[in-house]
Amino acid sequence: MSSLSFTLTDEMRDQTIGVESEPTAMTIEQGHIARFAEAIGDDNPAYTIGTPETGGIIAPPTFLRAMRGIRPILPFDAPFTRLLDGGSDWEYFDHVRPGDTITAVGRIEDIRERTGSIGQMLISTIKITYRNQSDVIVATQTSTSIRY
Amino acid sequence: MGQQIYFEDVNEGMELPIAVRNPTPRQLVQYAGASGDFYEIHYDRNFAQSTGLKDIIIHGALKNAMLGAYVTGWAGPAGELRRLTVQYRGMDYPDEPITAKGHVTRVYQEGSLNLVDCTIWLENPQGQQTTPGTATVALPTRH
Repeated sequence: MSSLSFTLTDEMRDQTIGVESEPTAMTIEQGHIARFAEAIGDDNPAYTIGTPETGGIIAPPTFLRAMRGIRPILPFDAPFTRLLDGGSDWEYFDHVRPGDTITAVGRIEDIRERTGSIGQMLISTIKITYRNQSDVIVATQTSTSIRY
Repeated sequence: MGQQIYFEDVNEGMELPIAVRNPTPRQLVQYAGASGDFYEIHYDRNFAQSTGLKDIIIHGALKNAMLGAYVTGWAGPAGELRRLTVQYRGMDYPDEPITAKGHVTRVYQEGSLNLVDCTIWLENPQGQQTTPGTATVALPTRH
């Protein structure tokens, strides 16, 4: 366990909340969706051949995890080297389909400091907004990250 | 594909059918490739153990995906997932059965949508809920 002397001041908090990542874009490929569905062990035909209900092929609910590099950079130095994923809250508004170009931006919604069994922790809440090429929000993902 | 479940057939307290999965190291490698998450704790045992883990662990995001598959499978071809939450509370290891369970907590209408809230989770062989979550699905009606 580390004995760090790190303090998250109100000023640091204020300058962190609202910080956004650079936009990241990915064009959705049918083969990528099929490989992802196979990897998660989901044989739902909506992901491989499409169904009447889905009107063609769609991506599985957590497929957008395959977009990388959406984590906003903290505007201060923190002496933590390890990162844990605490969980996610996904909201879905529209399907993601092959050929779509999805643009993702992450925004820091909250940051707080806590001391627990693993020592001092910096807990941040990041909301990622995923938009398609028509600028429609297809999903949001609010994730909790723990630095320690 | 599973049969369609309709809004009229669902009531609060109803249990979702239990599903058991057996993720293998091979599946973790597949998931690493498909998702782009190549953190070595998910496929390199020596690396995982060097960080203090007893073995390679299942990606949290893969467990999130397994819960997504569990609830969308239950909701059937015409069901639509509106919300999915997941919390990673404990590690899970490949080559051990992982059990998905859940029950309905709320049945309600919102605008034109017929919604069902569920509590869902993954359990390890010791019966601990390593990965609790919730889901909201919109279901079709019979008419």
